[in-house]
Amino acid sequence: MTLQQPALPATAVATRPARRRDRGRLFQEIGMLAPAVALLTIFLLVPFLLSFWTAMTNQPLVPRPTPVRFIGLTNFLRIFKDDLFWTSLWNVSRFTFWILPVQCGLAFATALLLHQKLPLRNFFRGLFFLPAITSMVVVCVIWGTLFQYPTGPFNQVIGFLSGGDIQPIDWLGDPNWAMFSIVLLSAWQAYGFQMIVYLAGLQGIPDELYDAARIDGANAFQRFWHVTMPGLRPTHVFVLIITTIQAFKLYTQVAILTQGGPRSSTETVVHYMVRAGFEEQKLGYASAVSVILFLIVLVIALVQRQLLRRFDV
Amino acid sequence: MASVSIDQVRKQYGAVPVIHNISMNIEDGEFVTLVGPSGCGKSTLLRMLAGLEDISGGEIRIDGRVVNDVAPKERDIAMVFQSYALYPHMTVAENMGFALKLKGQDRATIEKSVRDAADILALGPLLDRLPKQLSGGQRQRVAMGRAIVRQPQVYLFDEPLSNLDAKLRVTMRAEIKDLHQRLKTTTVYVTHDQIEAMTMADRIVVMRGGNVEQIGRPLELYDRPANTFVATFIGSPAMNLFEGATVNGQFVTDGGVALPMPEGYQGATAAAYGVRPEHLTIADKGVAATVVVVEPTGSETHVLAKLGPADVNLVLRDRIHLQPGQPITLAPDIRRVHLFTAHGIRTN
Repeated sequence: MTLQQPALPATAVATRPARRRDRGRLFQEIGMLAPAVALLTIFLLVPFLLSFWTAMTNQPLVPRPTPVRFIGLTNFLRIFKDDLFWTSLWNVSRFTFWILPVQCGLAFATALLLHQKLPLRNFFRGLFFLPAITSMVVVCVIWGTLFQYPTGPFNQVIGFLSGGDIQPIDWLGDPNWAMFSIVLLSAWQAYGFQMIVYLAGLQGIPDELYDAARIDGANAFQRFWHVTMPGLRPTHVFVLIITTIQAFKLYTQVAILTQGGPRSSTETVVHYMVRAGFEEQKLGYASAVSVILFLIVLVIALVQRQLLRRFDV
Repeated sequence: MASVSIDQVRKQYGAVPVIHNISMNIEDGEFVTLVGPSGCGKSTLLRMLAGLEDISGGEIRIDGRVVNDVAPKERDIAMVFQSYALYPHMTVAENMGFALKLKGQDRATIEKSVRDAADILALGPLLDRLPKQLSGGQRQRVAMGRAIVRQPQVYLFDEPLSNLDAKLRVTMRAEIKDLHQRLKTTTVYVTHDQIEAMTMADRIVVMRGGNVEQIGRPLELYDRPANTFVATFIGSPAMNLFEGATVNGQFVTDGGVALPMPEGYQGATAAAYGVRPEHLTIADKGVAATVVVVEPTGSETHVLAKLGPADVNLVLRDRIHLQPGQPITLAPDIRRVHLFTAHGIRTN
């Protein structure tokens, strides 16, 4: 007589080890993610959330015997009453207004040039990207020398070309020129990144679209206008938004070259915030400025999302 | 409509030649297919016809006019691309009317032309949609519509059905053929799919390595392939080709199997013996083989068998029940046997 073994339900056999395996994998994944999550939480998330709290207190930079008080929106009200804050906001707006066409235009033009089948194309791509990986401090030192008044290289070239008719310009010392000078050096330093983004955008446009346009009878300009430009719409939006956000965070150039001067003509929101926090030691006040800056950038990012969605063809 | 003449056309990239002195004439209204494996130069030749690639040597004439240095837009051709190449930001109607807009035609004329073409291809309800809102087959039809709107002298198709699934490909194949029959415009069609070539073309140009292997009507290529390449490329499943030698009026394969020679060729010499899968039958007398795999397709039965050490494919119309390992006797239809030299050139 043979005994028939009662068959285990197939699913029970299959799922038990599978579940154990899944759990094992889950622990493994959590274990691998933990260091990064911990670091991000400690150094990014907590300070970020704390800044909202600090913005509503009178927290000083160095602890004092007097306790920290919750003061509600007082810091924000003070900021909005401070002319220098509005000046700094106006200055970064001015900076943004100028940097967008200069930097993005330069990046777009260079990308178009380097997208062509030119000899040594990759070498030039690397060369043109070099400023973007050069430290801003180094760039500022170099451009500070170029901008020197009255005998810096820029002034000498202008003097030579104009036969001495144009007087030397105090690039960084004249309130009318200082922000423009910052725009020039910032654009030069940072356009490489936008250039790479544009190059990626250009490479994403299929060659067959250009072929189709040629057969349809489009000349070079028409191909640029009807194929390249529409194909780059999402890239344009991305580049413009990312540049705007970067522009609103303008700090290093100003801190090194002008310290916000002359006569606050290059004062920026971040520079204003750092001064409030570290020179005047008003951490709560500086946090409030950072919250305002965050909200501005957030609005820009949300606009970007909407625009990207709309232009995603 | 126009004839196309390709005369000793060469193409090289730097020092690398990719098209070697190709010549052919395409008659007015003819549907010619360029077929061959990847890298054979068929797309390059089509792009040279379109004016998208320079011609290194020779002459291309469209309707008698040499077009070597004529810009694509001046050649009066329209091209349908593998990826459809629809302008993603333009609606279907704008895509179709783009060439006319560039020509400076007024809006009413463009709208009428687009509507006429849309009627031919049943694209009417899709005219306001963007390409991303269309299925693969619809995009393909729009790409054809864009070509039709221009009423060109020659249509060029570059593997237009490659991105479609098998079922849709069959439907679109019939649509393109039907369209050609209605419009009767000279058409050059590139494909790597020999079934597409066989079913659609008036004439097929088989290419390999930048050379033309054979030009002919589909059944001509099927029945009398000029060489072993064409013999094995055209037809699915491919022709069975056995290497060996002729010995005493028989063909003896390298595996030692003796096959009957066609009548009148008993004295001929051959180094390869070809027979199509459907020209082999299971008979009482013949050569012994062993069944390996049986694939019933419903309408026919595909059988892979061993003939000595060599594989042999059979396509049987009857529903014969065979088992793997079963011994069978095969008889080739000797009127349909193909003999080739050691260089692969047809001898019978």
